[in-house]
Amino acid sequence: MTAPLLSARGLKIAFGGVKAADGIDLDIAPGEFVAIIGPNGAGKTTFINMTTGYLRPHSGHIHFDGAEITGRPPRSIVRRGIARSFQIPQLFTEHTVIENVALKVAAHGRFWRPFRPLLDAGTAAAAMRLLEQFGLAGVATARATELNEGTRKLTDIAMAMALRPRLLLMDEPTSGVASAEKFGIMDTLVAALRAERVTAVFVEHDMEVVERYADRVAVWSQGKILASGPPAAVLSDPAVLREVIGVETGHAHA
Amino acid sequence: MTLLLFLAILDGLAYAAQVFMVAVGLTLIFGVLRILNVAHGSFFAIGGYVAATLGTWAAATAAAPVLALPVLLLAAVMVGGVLGPAIERLVLARIYTKEHVLQLLVTFALFMILEDVQKLVWGVQPIFQDGPVRALGQVEVGDIIYTAYQLYLLPGVALATLFGLMWFLRRTLTGRVIVAVTEDREAATAMGIDANRVYLLTFTVGTVLAALGGALASPTTSLVPGVGVNMIVLSFAVVATAGLGQIEGAMLTALLIGLGRSVAVYFAPEFEVVIPYIIMVAVLLIRPHGLFGRPELRRV
Amino acid sequence: MDRRLTLPTLAAATTVVALAIAAPWLKFVFTVALAKGLAVLGILLLLRAGQVSFGHALYIAVGAYTVAFLRPAIGEVLLLLPLAATAGTIVGFAVGLFVARYRDIFFGMLNLAFSMVFYSLLEKLYAYTKGTDGIRVPRPTIGGVTLDPVAYEWAVLVGTLALALTLGWLVSRFLASPLGQALPAIKTRETRLEFAGISAKRVLLVAYVASAALAGLGGGIIACTTLHVTPLLSYWTHSGELVFIAILGGAGSVLGPFLGAAVYELVRVYAAAAFPDAWQMILGAVLLVIILFAARGLWGMYEDLVLRKDRRA
Repeated sequence: MTAPLLSARGLKIAFGGVKAADGIDLDIAPGEFVAIIGPNGAGKTTFINMTTGYLRPHSGHIHFDGAEITGRPPRSIVRRGIARSFQIPQLFTEHTVIENVALKVAAHGRFWRPFRPLLDAGTAAAAMRLLEQFGLAGVATARATELNEGTRKLTDIAMAMALRPRLLLMDEPTSGVASAEKFGIMDTLVAALRAERVTAVFVEHDMEVVERYADRVAVWSQGKILASGPPAAVLSDPAVLREVIGVETGHAHA
Repeated sequence: MTLLLFLAILDGLAYAAQVFMVAVGLTLIFGVLRILNVAHGSFFAIGGYVAATLGTWAAATAAAPVLALPVLLLAAVMVGGVLGPAIERLVLARIYTKEHVLQLLVTFALFMILEDVQKLVWGVQPIFQDGPVRALGQVEVGDIIYTAYQLYLLPGVALATLFGLMWFLRRTLTGRVIVAVTEDREAATAMGIDANRVYLLTFTVGTVLAALGGALASPTTSLVPGVGVNMIVLSFAVVATAGLGQIEGAMLTALLIGLGRSVAVYFAPEFEVVIPYIIMVAVLLIRPHGLFGRPELRRV
Repeated sequence: MDRRLTLPTLAAATTVVALAIAAPWLKFVFTVALAKGLAVLGILLLLRAGQVSFGHALYIAVGAYTVAFLRPAIGEVLLLLPLAATAGTIVGFAVGLFVARYRDIFFGMLNLAFSMVFYSLLEKLYAYTKGTDGIRVPRPTIGGVTLDPVAYEWAVLVGTLALALTLGWLVSRFLASPLGQALPAIKTRETRLEFAGISAKRVLLVAYVASAALAGLGGGIIACTTLHVTPLLSYWTHSGELVFIAILGGAGSVLGPFLGAAVYELVRVYAAAAFPDAWQMILGAVLLVIILFAARGLWGMYEDLVLRKDRRA
């Protein structure tokens, strides 16, 4: 096996006595598309927050591409090539969709040029290319506040992709999206990740989505990785079913 | 040298007491309303002017020495009781949901208005009264003859205010309600607490305290235009050094800044005005949220 | 630049020159108005980020005193003004490193505190500043030529107008750049910038230093126009005036600051003399009314009128 792109060892963090992570070991190989599942409040989002520098683990280490990133500030981690999207999309509400994406394109490249327009030819083209890839070209000039939830989610992910990450962490890419739309969103997303060769991890509650798209599933329960492997195997494991799915299927279809 | 230092300390304590009266209201109002009232220093100034006017009137009556002190309190209650509710209901109530920058601009506009109200009513010549100081006489502290007013009354009122507020907020029902609103406005409102009444009460109390600070200062300093602006920046320095919303902390930093300033008055008068800000900047460089402040949790 | 602005800009510039020809005393008023407009342009940058400084008169005073202090050694406007802007930039950077860590209340009040400290130093360090008497600035040369008073006033007015046009254009470019477009993110939720790998503090610092440079230049022009500087230049009332003009003109366009400044100065010439003790009060009351009822200022009203006309046509 090749060296992992992301490697977490012995991560521990607790919030007021609740152990969100209690010795997490997790490796992500280049090119993988990994789903993290688990009960609500289990600490899945905490993993994203620790990996992107928003929370510092109380102990343990995170390596990205061989270099230690534990406790580094979010900005420096973004610069190293880890981007994230959010359960609640973080769009610039004052701007249009293309400006949102262009800001991130510029942030990755030529941000500090004070007298060059945001939407200059190069940046606009790069932003438009991403919008097309995510099927968002039609809403390019819509204001971020006018979009439906599915479109907001895709915009948020397109913005993360504009940072040209090598690893993308997504927090529930299909939550809050009408169930008729969710496979469409995931198809678009997976195609874009493949095309750009981006390794990705996503936290997900919807087992249909996990089963259909993930290369591998990691089950997060009570601060530990309970199981990890191909979806078919993991999702039929009785311990996983009892611990996670029993609670989760009800939630996912609620 | 030692004598001067001792004198500086006595002056510093009296000065800290005055500043605390203004700062504590500023920080209390911020804690509850989440608005920093730029016009707060003007309440101090107007409280001083009204006290001086009433005091001059009282001094002409037969009961002069007896009235000298009650008149200070009366002035504070009058100023706070009128300006506080009027400003809170007519102006602030309209902006609680607006952007921070607009809230700041609105209280700044109030500040501009109140500064000129002082000039229109009391003119630009210095105004001074000494009735309250004479009423209490002088005391000997070692080799120094000092006024009882500055030695006992000012620090006494400040301490009484501090302990009174702490008792009020911790032990009384109304106080608990205010604290509840401070900690979680939405939850408190959901429990049936009338947040508007809490705002009105808090703002009025803060206004009365600032006006009382001004009334207490009227026998020890001359009132001139600009008193209000100096006091708002100084009391902001006190509450920022302590951490916004920290009441006990404000007492400590008022002492720190009051003493620092009065030592400067005796030993490096050019830097009198600079010292409080040097203290503030030094503290903020090391602790960006003040000595006792906590950073607000970052929501992701 | 937004093409819709070209016509109003040219019209405004022509009006300024035409009025100054018709009424010579207006040269002085317009020069000061444009100089303040430059400082307000900086306030506008900060407002875009949702921040308001109650202390920017500090940088006006820094620029003005730079001219006053250097005038004995340097007698040339074309050197003095860049030096004034440079002094504003340097002080702005030093103060900005500190205040750019703060937002909202702290940002506004720390700026006020710095300006009041500077004010009291100007007042108290008599040996250097001559205290409240201030420093007289002998009329400098322009381009090496000693001009008579009228020609000098014309030259400064036209030069300031050119600077206002150039810098207004540059600021509008800046606002359209990624940096300028990132400013509103500081107003709502700046963590979104951090997600993109951008330091919000550094973005605000750039805007802050630019605003200090603009105010420094404005202060330099004011010193070259009034030919006398006093500590009052840095007093809070003048900081308040800049904020007032910004809100009056409206933060929606780079023309707002100059429109606001011109209206403000014209009204002030008459009103401040008629109500010397109530001037701040009038300003405060108008400021309240604008914020509560016409938040987009004069420029916003102009836009509404023009837009309505367009729709009707």
